[in-house]
Amino acid sequence: MENVAIELRGISKRFGRIQANKNVNLTLYHGEILSLLGENGSGKTTLMNMISGIYFPDEGHIFINGEEVVIKSPKDAFDNGIGMIHQHFKLVDVFTATENILLGLEEKGRFDVKAATKKVEELCNKYGFILDPNKKIYEMSVSEKQTVEIIKVLYRGANILILDEPTAVLTPQEARKLFDIMRKMKEDGKAIIIITHKLHEVLSVSDRVTVLRKGETIGSVPTSEATVESLTEMMVGKKVALNIDRIDPVDPKERLVVEGLNCINREGVKVLSDISFKALSGEILGIAGIAGSGQRELLEAIAGLQHINQGAITYIDPASGANKSLTDMTPMQIRALGVRLSFVPEDRLGMGLVGNMDLVDNMMLRSYSKGHSLFLQKKEPSDLAKHIVEELEVVTPNIQTPVRRLSGGNVQKVLVGREISSSPTVLMVAYPVRGLDINSSYLIYRLLNEQKKLGAAIIFVGEDLDVLVELCDRIMVLGGGHITGVVDARTTTKEEIGYLMTKSNGGEH
Amino acid sequence: MEHTIKSKKEPLIHITKRDAMPLWKAILIRVIAVVIALAVSALLVMVLTKKNPGQVFTAMFNGSFQTPRKILNMLQDVAMLLCISLAVTPAFKMKFWNIGAEGQVLMGALASATLMYKLGNTGIPNGVLIPLMFIGSILMGMIWAIIPAIFKAVWNTNETLFTLMMNYVAMQIIQICIATWATSGSGVMGVINSMNEAGWLPQIFGTKYLLNIIFVALLTVFVFIYLKFSKHGYEIAVVGESENTARYIGINVKKVILRTMALSGALCGFAGFLLVSGASHTITKELAGGMGFTAIMVSWLAKFNPAIMVGTSFLLVFLDKGASSIAMECRLSESIGEIITGIIIFFIIGCEFFIRYKINFRSSNKEVAK
Repeated sequence: MENVAIELRGISKRFGRIQANKNVNLTLYHGEILSLLGENGSGKTTLMNMISGIYFPDEGHIFINGEEVVIKSPKDAFDNGIGMIHQHFKLVDVFTATENILLGLEEKGRFDVKAATKKVEELCNKYGFILDPNKKIYEMSVSEKQTVEIIKVLYRGANILILDEPTAVLTPQEARKLFDIMRKMKEDGKAIIIITHKLHEVLSVSDRVTVLRKGETIGSVPTSEATVESLTEMMVGKKVALNIDRIDPVDPKERLVVEGLNCINREGVKVLSDISFKALSGEILGIAGIAGSGQRELLEAIAGLQHINQGAITYIDPASGANKSLTDMTPMQIRALGVRLSFVPEDRLGMGLVGNMDLVDNMMLRSYSKGHSLFLQKKEPSDLAKHIVEELEVVTPNIQTPVRRLSGGNVQKVLVGREISSSPTVLMVAYPVRGLDINSSYLIYRLLNEQKKLGAAIIFVGEDLDVLVELCDRIMVLGGGHITGVVDARTTTKEEIGYLMTKSNGGEH
Repeated sequence: MEHTIKSKKEPLIHITKRDAMPLWKAILIRVIAVVIALAVSALLVMVLTKKNPGQVFTAMFNGSFQTPRKILNMLQDVAMLLCISLAVTPAFKMKFWNIGAEGQVLMGALASATLMYKLGNTGIPNGVLIPLMFIGSILMGMIWAIIPAIFKAVWNTNETLFTLMMNYVAMQIIQICIATWATSGSGVMGVINSMNEAGWLPQIFGTKYLLNIIFVALLTVFVFIYLKFSKHGYEIAVVGESENTARYIGINVKKVILRTMALSGALCGFAGFLLVSGASHTITKELAGGMGFTAIMVSWLAKFNPAIMVGTSFLLVFLDKGASSIAMECRLSESIGEIITGIIIFFIIGCEFFIRYKINFRSSNKEVAK
């Protein structure tokens, strides 16, 4: 066909014993938005990395505008008009938007920043971006940074754009704006591939969907003929029930009381202002907010990892009913008080687990200091590791495998499994399903619900508002370190939460 | 169409990461690396010196194994290098780059030498003096290591620069002591207490150095168990891998840094004690002879495993002795020995690349696209 922007034929890629891609075929037309869908480890990112010159395929052919090309480096990809917007931004903080866009371009003599700024502004007007080209990156919100990344590839004349999970860091409103821009680019004849886990986004923005499973192409369907159920079935290979149960809290009692919390971080920035709330037993309290609104600091303050400048945190013991102050305690002191506080942090391999250690050693993190022996007890953690691998169906060669070798979903199962193994009375989870596929995500929701039934007070920091609304009992919204609202999850709407998310930090950011 | 895309070929080679490799294969690659290294060295020797490479390699081997005396000297050197390597390993496992072992060893040695010099003629029995020296050395080594550790733990200073500079301070202090003590301003400290052998470690079974070697062997077992099976060792590993994780589970990171550096310094001080009391019976600022730095290589080559460090410290001592032996026996310049050492180390470190990565060549007969 005339209109083909890029075609992949029989692409294969192995990493050691793992076959990341096997005989993948994919076609993308000009003026089209294609969703690339698949569970974790199905080879989406590997495939895209081969198009953008980061990996080189073991087998197969790539055709651009009908001609075979060889892409050996990101520069080759640029020369062929391919631009990838990665999940993690690669920008220099102290440079302006324009300077970042110019970075890495080969121009003779000095950069003409003025002309470049003008060109950036033209691009903004053409596609409807809102961006000040002279703003420094560190002053920007996440969505602005993403805009810079997109303009960067457009500036280089990219005709084929690949966006890797672009909405993971955006509010619903911002995501909608991004989709409008994508549609404008499509009308301009650009070919766009979007990788996402959120099926409703797939349905609303793309023209066609290509599904990968275990490194192989399962098929491509026009979006108009697809439903959430049919896509899930293609991805997983079987039918999956896609509803989250929400039981009513049984006998909710105050478990954790936070009053007037104020925190200032190491850079001297006030990250939490006057936070007061109560977490109840047998209830899931959701926390919504744009990334960086103080969610992390709040959880870390409760867990004893963030210094508290003002305010109090009180724990009410379910057995004795006694009040215990957790204000400014270390994690060791909290444990010594007999408070079973579990915490699944956002940074799984950098905080919750040690990537280079095996499953047994990672189980030991929580329990190694027990007892008076000078030596380590390996029996219990080893039993726990075996139990978690069996119970949560963790895919791993054995329990002596370093956790960094596991896929994202399995890493999370190991971490959540360890944290709930101590039958916590307070369970805090931060973005527990980020980057997880459908099966693993639903497993995590199920585990949280089980803990809820057992009477734990659960604090759930999430980003997918659909999930927050379906899973939680109450939702507290943070904006710029303030509480901007607390809503009943059973009656609220995504729009209401989205409005609260942007409420207080419109002017400050 | 006028516009044509430059026809590009698939690159000739591309490199991919390997999965874990079976042990026998990894060992085989290392053996092959040594064989190739020897072959390359032999070729070079023939071309440069017109000597028979067999003769040169024999000389190299003789450096360590010619006479029982040489074997003993070699074992003593291996023991000392191993001792210092064991000392730096806990700190390295914690990713605390202690390159101040040289200075910590010297300060330990100085403590021993001072006690020997000051108390040697007071008639104090060896049964009291030697334990005193032992304690003094360990304390001095510990102090020298814990100063940079405090600065790191409290103000997050760069430990690499700090420990490095502490080496030079230690050398200068020794220089001052020697200048004050040495007779007639010769600037050289003779053998201390050569008359009454006060503060000298006794020879057992009439063999010099044997006690040193036994001590270090015991120390190897201790460090191995400490790092692998003790709670302290586990904390060191967690802090080294991720300070955030350590904080998250409630490990007191500052305490672990201070404790581990105190241990590292104490073991360095112990090495200084063995050097003075068990071997040289004197003090110079070259006493550690750069072993504080070589130990870093020993520790890294063994990936911080004390058992493997026995092998790597032997290898480095063997190569070093071989190099001077080649120079002596074949009447060649010392450089040829060093060139051979360099070639062997290059191949041994270089072969790790082939253990971790695979090289794929462009297949000559590509299958046609379907």
